[in-house]
Amino acid sequence: MAKTDGSTVVLREPLPDNRTWRDGTLGTVICQFTRNKTALVGLIIILALVLMAIFAPLLAPYDYAVIDPINANQSPSAEHWFGTDAYGRDILSRIIYGARYSLSLGVLASLFGTCVGVIFGAIAGYCGGQVENLILRICDIIQSIPNTLLCIVVSVTLGNGFLPTIIALSLYSIPEVVRILRANLLSLREQEFVEACRAINCSNLRILVSHLLPNSLSPLIVSFSLGIGMKIMSSAGLSFLGLGIQEPIAEWGAMIAGGRAQLRYAPHVLIFPGIFVALTVMAFNIVGDGMRDALDPKLRR
Amino acid sequence: METKKENKLLLSVRDLTVNYETKDETVHAVNGVSFDLNYGESIGLVGETGAGKTTIARSILRILPTPPAKLVRGEVTFDGHNLYQISEEEMRQIRGGRISMVFQDPMTALNPVKRVGWQIAEGIRYHEGLDQKQADEKAVEMLKLVGISPDRFREYPHQFSGGMKQRVVLAIALACNPDLLIADEPTSALDVTIQAQVLEMIEDLQRHRNTAMIMITHDFGVVAKSCNKVAVVYAGEIIEYGAIEQVFERPMHPYTVGLFGAIPNLTTDVDRLTPIPGAPPDPTDLPGGCKFLPRCPHATEQCKRPVPAYTMADGHQCRCNLYADEAKPVAAAQAAET
Amino acid sequence: MTRYVVKRLLMMIPVLLCVAIVIFTIMYFAPGDPVALVLGDHYTEEQYIQTAAELGLDKPFFVQLGIFLRDTFLRLDFGTSYVLKTDVATELMARLPRTVIIATVCCLLQIVIAIPLGIAAATHQNGAVDKLCVGLAMFGISVPGFWIGMLMILLFSLKLGWLPSSGVQHWYSYIMPCVANSLMGVGGMTRMTRSQMLEVIRSDYVVTARAKGVPERSILYSHALPNALIPIVTYIGTHFGRSLGGTVVIETVFGIPGIGYYIMSAVNNRDYPIVRGGVTLLALLFCLVVLAVDILYAYIDPRIKAQYENSGRKKKPRTPPKAKKEAAANG
Repeated sequence: MAKTDGSTVVLREPLPDNRTWRDGTLGTVICQFTRNKTALVGLIIILALVLMAIFAPLLAPYDYAVIDPINANQSPSAEHWFGTDAYGRDILSRIIYGARYSLSLGVLASLFGTCVGVIFGAIAGYCGGQVENLILRICDIIQSIPNTLLCIVVSVTLGNGFLPTIIALSLYSIPEVVRILRANLLSLREQEFVEACRAINCSNLRILVSHLLPNSLSPLIVSFSLGIGMKIMSSAGLSFLGLGIQEPIAEWGAMIAGGRAQLRYAPHVLIFPGIFVALTVMAFNIVGDGMRDALDPKLRR
Repeated sequence: METKKENKLLLSVRDLTVNYETKDETVHAVNGVSFDLNYGESIGLVGETGAGKTTIARSILRILPTPPAKLVRGEVTFDGHNLYQISEEEMRQIRGGRISMVFQDPMTALNPVKRVGWQIAEGIRYHEGLDQKQADEKAVEMLKLVGISPDRFREYPHQFSGGMKQRVVLAIALACNPDLLIADEPTSALDVTIQAQVLEMIEDLQRHRNTAMIMITHDFGVVAKSCNKVAVVYAGEIIEYGAIEQVFERPMHPYTVGLFGAIPNLTTDVDRLTPIPGAPPDPTDLPGGCKFLPRCPHATEQCKRPVPAYTMADGHQCRCNLYADEAKPVAAAQAAET
Repeated sequence: MTRYVVKRLLMMIPVLLCVAIVIFTIMYFAPGDPVALVLGDHYTEEQYIQTAAELGLDKPFFVQLGIFLRDTFLRLDFGTSYVLKTDVATELMARLPRTVIIATVCCLLQIVIAIPLGIAAATHQNGAVDKLCVGLAMFGISVPGFWIGMLMILLFSLKLGWLPSSGVQHWYSYIMPCVANSLMGVGGMTRMTRSQMLEVIRSDYVVTARAKGVPERSILYSHALPNALIPIVTYIGTHFGRSLGGTVVIETVFGIPGIGYYIMSAVNNRDYPIVRGGVTLLALLFCLVVLAVDILYAYIDPRIKAQYENSGRKKKPRTPPKAKKEAAANG
């Protein structure tokens, strides 16, 4: 280990800090994550919600769409735990079914946004120069349109279905993912191991696919998992405005909107769906935080 | 006055033991380090990266991040004050005022959003009770002292080169005329040519102002040039300690011997430098006895038990059982004295 | 510096042009026929053709686009609303202040509440204060603002009768919308401030300051905070920019005739001039806010200022290289 340097000796060169995001195997990440009690609680909540969504027909005490005007706007009782809405539909059943939409919308929209963002970010990082510039300018353009409005306009143009809503919700996160990935690629490109790859004559594409992208995985996973909560919240907002997923489908945001009219005498109609939106978003955010702490060695100290 | 101070004890570190404790593991960074330093003297702490030198330095200034760092035992006495018994406010007065520090990496040691002049003047304001204007004047003086033009007073760190930044750091450290300067590898982040300049400047200023110094380095050449005492640190212990001539002329500990074997010698013709086999022990799981045991060619059964520091007749200390016999009469004499 | 600002202002023009083109195109292909919506249920073929010609909707796509771009960017004329027959620019300007008030108050609330909370959390890392702040922040970013808004209406308007449930007649009408709208931003910024402060507190120059004998308070406020501010300022800036258009939901809840609400109803009515004009105006404001934030950087960080001025006197400023600290190796 000794390095000579004139007449003096340097015992050992300080090693360069090469620790990147991928500082550890999947095992250590899972280990770090499971040690985080809060994150585990978040994960358990998510698992419970997922199970609730999958087994909705078994769990729901009533049909979510059956209208029963006689029992409209009933307060929570033994028969209807969360009460009934203006059409006499059981709110608990609607919330259970609504989990299907909220969860799948959140996960798919975040996944879609991340994937498209990764593709463009990787193209930008791989090509560089004019292509990179063009992609970044497009990102500028998308980001200078206020995101809620962009969401609304796209949602109106594409219609109220499930798929259009996913696109409308994910559009705004694409530039963010592009920027995260590009920034990460830029800093990785400076590092010695990439130079080492160049030195052994790896092609740019190979460096990108087998070295740069895997090393950029962690921030993308974090952005994906923190994005889910955001998307669930936005989708609730969109449905609240009368766009996106709509009645009679039980969507939590639409249920909140439906409770607005009888806020004074039947507040439970909007309180319970709101609690579920908040709970779900919080669970995803907690898990996202947990992922970040587990994946980023810099924060571990 | 200075001559009177010459042989007076300034700093005494006794049995300093510091751990870094996290949920997962305990890193034994410093294990029972003791040394003394008189006014105006300079000691070199030599050792590999990770040997615990910086931790020793920072625990003297009490600026270790706690947690995870934890002072397990030991005391640091500076000019009669136990630094671990005084209040934080008193300690703050000592930091930068009577003890100051030069850091390893000048690139990150200066605040990027503050003007260098302000950064030098800041310490002066807090320690000498001067107002901003007087402090600025003194800061200009300091800039001149380290050979930087006063016009650059209002510039920012990013406008300085690495060597210049280290001079600024030095100016900050010396601004309040400290009694003790701790230089933590002040040159290892610099280019070789700049290294010599900065080192020269540190030595000059230190001698001129009669400041005591702890020079932390992994470079024996630096120690030879600027220190009168040297302590070789290995795995958080001082394994050899003595005057510079003693250690250089008669390295005792096998580790020190090994280190010297790894230095090219200009006078004798050696084909190959001899590196020390093996690697330093894992600081989370240190061997119970001699820390150098796994790498030592002279290891015996006895080395598996804790090794005391043996003192030779000339005061040269060494933590190695090879010298137990040589140290015996000295220990007996000391025992007889008391 | 001036050169930089001028350059940035010029760069804004193509971005805004593209925004205008994008929004025009999206709305052009949106389902729904504005002519039919203007005429209502009963109209003749002749009326239809006449109205389409009046609105300029009979021309081909590129001609319409050209006219729109010419009017918007050269004549600064946003056109006339199809349905309401009012001047779009005037209407937008009348509504803009309400949205700006909400966005500004939210921005101030963020600064006043979130920065101190974030600093408190960072300085007591893993302590009770930290846990409380992190918990509050998590609550802020997870609870839908519009839902809290309605709960607030329920409590403060319907039950207690302290505040009006909708409208903009009084200054206190803005209290609930602003609080409900700022939850997300306050939560997000608390988290941001905390993580930035934690990072900065560990940096070498903070150790230098401590070794200089600077009191902890001064270390926090004059060494750590200015360095932590850059991402915080970015967050405030982008959040402010986004709130300008993103208050739609809150405006709907509280019945505030702001710009978002206006555009939202225009989207539903296929009232193209309002949508195009409104979105372009908001994009302009967003770009200006981003520019303002970038200029603000220069005053916080001299390295960025040097980059802007690009004087070439010294080597290009870079972010300091990732330095290996021995302390890190030790622990």
